[in-house]
Amino acid sequence: MVLLSPLLPFAELEVGKQFYWHIGNLHLHGQVFLSSWVVIGALLALVVVGTRSMQRDPSGVQNLLEFLWTYIRDLAREQIGEKAYRDWLPFIGTLFLFIFVCNWGGALIPWKLVEIPSGELGAPTADINTTVAMALLVSLSYFYAGLSRKGLRYFEYYVEPTPIMLPFKIIEDFTKPLSLSFRLFGNILADELVVGVLAFLVPVIVPLPAMFLGLFTSAIQALIFATLAANYIGEAVHEEHH
Amino acid sequence: MSSWLLLAASGAPEGGLFDLDATLPLMAVQVVVLTFLLNALFFRPVGRVVEDREGFITTSRAEAKQKLAQVQRLESDLAEQLKAARQESQKLIVEAEQEVDKLYREALALAQTEANASREKARREIEQQREQALAALAGESDRLGALIVNRLLPAQ
Repeated sequence: MVLLSPLLPFAELEVGKQFYWHIGNLHLHGQVFLSSWVVIGALLALVVVGTRSMQRDPSGVQNLLEFLWTYIRDLAREQIGEKAYRDWLPFIGTLFLFIFVCNWGGALIPWKLVEIPSGELGAPTADINTTVAMALLVSLSYFYAGLSRKGLRYFEYYVEPTPIMLPFKIIEDFTKPLSLSFRLFGNILADELVVGVLAFLVPVIVPLPAMFLGLFTSAIQALIFATLAANYIGEAVHEEHH
Repeated sequence: MSSWLLLAASGAPEGGLFDLDATLPLMAVQVVVLTFLLNALFFRPVGRVVEDREGFITTSRAEAKQKLAQVQRLESDLAEQLKAARQESQKLIVEAEQEVDKLYREALALAQTEANASREKARREIEQQREQALAALAGESDRLGALIVNRLLPAQ
């Protein structure tokens, strides 16, 4: 689907066009990496600036970072539980922050000003590779969390509360990463498309509500992804009390 | 994953929405690296600061509570002492009042007995003098009567 408008080149919309990098036999989506480096750079810059001289009485960026930290801590503690949340706090927090800055970066940074040979820059989370990568990491994490905490007893989880649950629990292991990745990918891509189409049709004012809604959706999607990841890990490390 | 292998083999990727390729594992590596970076740069230092502060606040609160309890104990001690002192002073006042009353009554009784005594004495003196006077008067009248009788009788 390519919508072209000769009058408004910045409202041009390209879906499924990639900016390929070739490394040996491998193909990479260059636009995804470029934009992800920008948002990762911004995130790291914020973190470095905020933690440069931390005081007991916080001020400036430190306040923001501490707010984020406590927010993520509460999220992880609520979902994973008091005992194990500490090990997974950085992972959950990174997922949340990375997805959040990717989504907002995609919506707020004027990527159109940067010309690349093919495709277009945008939120890295609007690419299926990024979301599948993170969803598979979540799958690996909860398997690792369960196995490292409970050993082979982890597989008791599949037959609890009754062995009838076994097939459903096995299916769940596949649907979890699938739903995680497609939810995020679909929401962000759809948001970009809606804003793009509206901007293409009526370039002033009309896209603004969709843009605000997009910012809202972006934040919610980051929260959902992180919460679900934490919840899956929490399920895996949860001890049944008989 | 298989589509990525196929694409890699064919050499000419045509793109598309669901184009999975080497971007996926590299992005996963990137996220893992970012996790370690953020852990070192963000989660650990900020967590240390926040938890230090939480610890500081908890201990400060505990100390303040302890001090408050101490103050309340001292306050109740002082209140008790004050009450005891008030009772003591009240007792002293009552005692002093009773003492004064007793002294007053004693003095009054003494004065009354003295007054009674002197009044009695005076009365007795008056009585005595009256009796003397009456006796003297009676003697005199007897004498006068005899004188009158003497005067009248010889004349007849």
